[in-house]
Amino acid sequence: MIVFEDVSHDYGGGPLFRDVSARLEKGSFHFLTGPSGAGKSTFLKLCYGELLPSAGKISLMNKDVNTLSRDALAEIRQRIGVVHQDCQFLDHLSVEQNVALPLSATGRPVAESDVSDLLEWVGLAKRADALPPTLSGGERQRAALARAIIAAPNVLLADEPTGNLDWDMSQRLMSLMIELNKMGTAVLVATHDLQLIRFAKSQINARVLRISRRKLQVAGADL
Amino acid sequence: MSAREISRLVVPRRGQSVWLISLSAGAMAFLAVFALALSVTSAQLARTWSAALAQTATVRLAAPPEEMEAQTAIVLEVLRTTPGIESAHVMVPDEQAALLEAWLGPDLPLDALPLPRLIEITETSEGPDRQGLRLRLAAEAPGAVFDDHTRWRRPLAEAAGRLRSFALVSLGLIGGVTAAIIVLAASAALASNGQVIRVLRLVGARDRFIARAFVRQISLRAGLGALVGTALGMGALAALPQAGGGVHLLSGLGFAGAGWLLPLVIPPLAMVLAWAASLTTAFQVLRGVT
Repeated sequence: MIVFEDVSHDYGGGPLFRDVSARLEKGSFHFLTGPSGAGKSTFLKLCYGELLPSAGKISLMNKDVNTLSRDALAEIRQRIGVVHQDCQFLDHLSVEQNVALPLSATGRPVAESDVSDLLEWVGLAKRADALPPTLSGGERQRAALARAIIAAPNVLLADEPTGNLDWDMSQRLMSLMIELNKMGTAVLVATHDLQLIRFAKSQINARVLRISRRKLQVAGADL
Repeated sequence: MSAREISRLVVPRRGQSVWLISLSAGAMAFLAVFALALSVTSAQLARTWSAALAQTATVRLAAPPEEMEAQTAIVLEVLRTTPGIESAHVMVPDEQAALLEAWLGPDLPLDALPLPRLIEITETSEGPDRQGLRLRLAAEAPGAVFDDHTRWRRPLAEAAGRLRSFALVSLGLIGGVTAAIIVLAASAALASNGQVIRVLRLVGARDRFIARAFVRQISLRAGLGALVGTALGMGALAALPQAGGGVHLLSGLGFAGAGWLLPLVIPPLAMVLAWAASLTTAFQVLRGVT
């Protein structure tokens, strides 16, 4: 679904990573680790076309990202759910409205029962009418997850989703993503939390990728 | 909670740019009402002045007192036999006194003044051969001067026409400035809502959807502001003191009868202008956002 072929990226001050090749297949679960500043967030942004590669080729849903029109890219993003560390909500809309946004913004019907079921699933049924600034860190992350998956995406990308959460909440969020993966969604989680990776690997077959010295490597089995 | 309802809410309804759009559209609409009124009034004025002077003329007869009656009879005969003259009326001393009263006062002994005799002429719709009439009068009554009011009518009509042009240019300028302000306000609205745009792009919204969300709000705000401005402008016009007895530029500025419906086109026009300006700006700004 997402294929990197010899991809390099730099912001003008030398390459952040070079000649990276990777495949994100349907139903797979990947972690992306690496030190701060190694390029994890950049890698994720390349995965949904917010950034374009400086060299090499990235295919999103079998389409070369370099040749996509803006509308075609928007269509592909409807099939990729993204959870950012800072969540990025529309603060003047309720949690319920934010969660329904991927449907309403793309002209698809919003079934209220689907939204409430999803909020129930992530444990936010009672916070449906709340505004995002009033949510706790864990609630925000779960709301962001609900928004990312409301449109049943093929791929879920999460950038440090548990960065501001305590261990219990991190486990809860990871369990939700594992459950989602079991339903067939490919998941890529960028994190430096090894404990979380071990927790996930104890339940599913997840691969761990590591960005180090400008290269993408498959991390050892000791994680 | 429908998709349509949410899509109407994605752009926050508060912010300085929202007020800027409403306020500027209101102010411009207020000015547009006056420019429109000036245009309509000046056109009406030109028509009124022309019509009032077009089918009238005057013969001014200066002659020694002993020849005055004989010359008057000659002039009347010439006028009677000239095609295009409907009627001729010799002004009596009282009528002349009434004409001069505004300048010389009521108590001046007009009998002591050597005033020329005035003969008022009403022309038919075709009018006389003016040059031929002048030649005949010069030959038969050398003291008679034919005045068809052209020298009054032409500058008045020209002045009214120029006023109308100024009013139309003003309307054009108001439209241009409104469009420029809305472009700036739309840019400001889009810039201050960067987070909204980023989130919408992130969840897969197309540029068309995002642009429409902003354009809808900007157009509605502009329309609402223009509606208030137009209402205030019409109210101000209606409150202007009206002088009776015809059209006047200062005291008669405004509309008459169904003409009052004319300013009502300003709010929808402002909306269309805002729609076009903000749509163009929105797509330009969105092209810079991934």
